[in-house]
Amino acid sequence: MAYLDIENFCKKFDNTEVLKGISFSIEKGEVVSIIGSSGSGKTTLLRCMNFLETPDEGKMTLDGERLLQCPQIKKEKESVLRSKRLNFGLVFQSFNLFPQYNVLNNVTLAPLLLLKTKIKELKKSLKEKKKTDKTVTSAYIKKTISEYKEEKKKEIDNDAKLLLEKTGLTDKTFNYPCQLSGGQQQRVAIARALALKPKILCFDEPTSALDPELTGEVLKVIRSLKNENRTMIIVTHEMGFAKNVSDKVIFMSDGVVVESGSPKEIFDNPKSEKLKSFLINLENKENI
Amino acid sequence: MDFVTVTLKLLEGFLTTCEIFFLTLVSALPLGLLVVFGSMSKFKPLKIIVRGIVWIIRGTPLMLQVIIIYYVPGLVFNLPLLPRLIAVFFAFTINYACYFSEIYRSGIESISKGQYEAGQVLGMTKGQVFFRVIFMQVIKIIVPPMSNEIITLVKDTSLARVILVAEILKYAEEFTAYGLIWPLFYSGVFYLLFVGVLTLIFGKIEKKLSYYKV
Ligand SMILES: Nc1ncnc2c1ncn2[C@@H]1O[C@H](COP(=O)(O)OP(=O)(O)OP(=O)(O)O)[C@@H](O)[C@H]1O
Ligand SMILES: [Mg+2]
Repeated sequence: MAYLDIENFCKKFDNTEVLKGISFSIEKGEVVSIIGSSGSGKTTLLRCMNFLETPDEGKMTLDGERLLQCPQIKKEKESVLRSKRLNFGLVFQSFNLFPQYNVLNNVTLAPLLLLKTKIKELKKSLKEKKKTDKTVTSAYIKKTISEYKEEKKKEIDNDAKLLLEKTGLTDKTFNYPCQLSGGQQQRVAIARALALKPKILCFDEPTSALDPELTGEVLKVIRSLKNENRTMIIVTHEMGFAKNVSDKVIFMSDGVVVESGSPKEIFDNPKSEKLKSFLINLENKENI
Repeated sequence: MDFVTVTLKLLEGFLTTCEIFFLTLVSALPLGLLVVFGSMSKFKPLKIIVRGIVWIIRGTPLMLQVIIIYYVPGLVFNLPLLPRLIAVFFAFTINYACYFSEIYRSGIESISKGQYEAGQVLGMTKGQVFFRVIFMQVIKIIVPPMSNEIITLVKDTSLARVILVAEILKYAEEFTAYGLIWPLFYSGVFYLLFVGVLTLIFGKIEKKLSYYKV
């Protein structure tokens, strides 16, 4: 069984079918690019995987765990969806950084909030234990919790700083998003997504909102993540990048996977007419 | 009538003006939040009812609302009259809560969906997304319209005199019976100073929040 397995995703908005039975699978450590013309459903696919939309039909398995199964997923509680979401990270086209936090806090906010929840649970379980176990005193609980909190906080802070170093943002640690260029903002967004240690990181056209001279710095970061063997799914219009960095390319059109294969197969030897004309169109655009 | 006597009288009235102002502000700010949760609720009946109430309150004069709250319970239900100041307080609080709620709503609705989704994909709860991500952005957006509305409140306090609450303007007007006109202008100075202080405070807040852009 593959690491990620998506089977027959279907999604309708009102009466338009946006996904019409998408299936594909990904191995651990693979980088997969999804290409296709505008409106083919690429964003919707990513949103379904991240539980921002609920597909009408389909199944998804990650690392042996059934994450999504229609129609049961519709009745799932918010808290369950929340923990499922953590399997994936999502980097948006428009960055969506939190403007009122500086770069470091953008990265640490979510991990700190998760820690808060964990501490609450820990406190509860210790209090349960106190009822039966006389050695568990209030003072002991207090001490355990505060030690755990300190340790984890330090860990989160260190992780964040490492991530900022990796994305080349150390000197921007205390800047606010409005003081950063688009490329820098997107790199913060990548660091922020990585801070939660997702199993798969998804990108939705990460460079589309950027000036051409800024795309390189973002692509470089993504490439460096590939060298760490991260599993990634990248929706992109940067064909050169898709060709160079991916292990596998998926071509979508009108809500179906028309063709998928190695970059060589897709770009040098397209089989379907749709893919051929998509590639020719792109080439023409580049030549204008 | 010398200057000191007039000043003392006006100060007495100004105290009542301040009382109305601060009590209304302190209660209408949180009540407005409650109203906006109602008017933005996903539960349709609640939403419709709350928006209906907001529409009525915003569509009728505050003076009328003061009069209704003061007289109607007594005349229609034979209840004892509310103390005047309490009636004013209720009318003002309800009225301003509705106005504030609409400002809150415009602020909340202007935050892009992307902010909610960014919070969601980072595993935050709905409450965390609202209070840790959205809230401060809304605050920043609504400070200018809120400061306008709050300055209007300062001047609206004078409507309380319609049910004979002894606020500053009522005293100032009473001096005209002695042929004195200048206390009217003098009372205007009180308003101007009050509004001036508020303007300074809001300017400070805006400046404090200028370190980020929404
Ligand atoms: N929430 C929604 N409600 C209604 N229709 C939607 C919604 N989201 C997407 N669609 C429609 O679904 C179709 C696919 O949209 P999607 O954003 O997935 O395409 P895409 O492949 O990401 O396109 P692009 O390359 O332009 O980003 C479009 O026709 C769009 O109008
Ligand atoms: Mg898209």
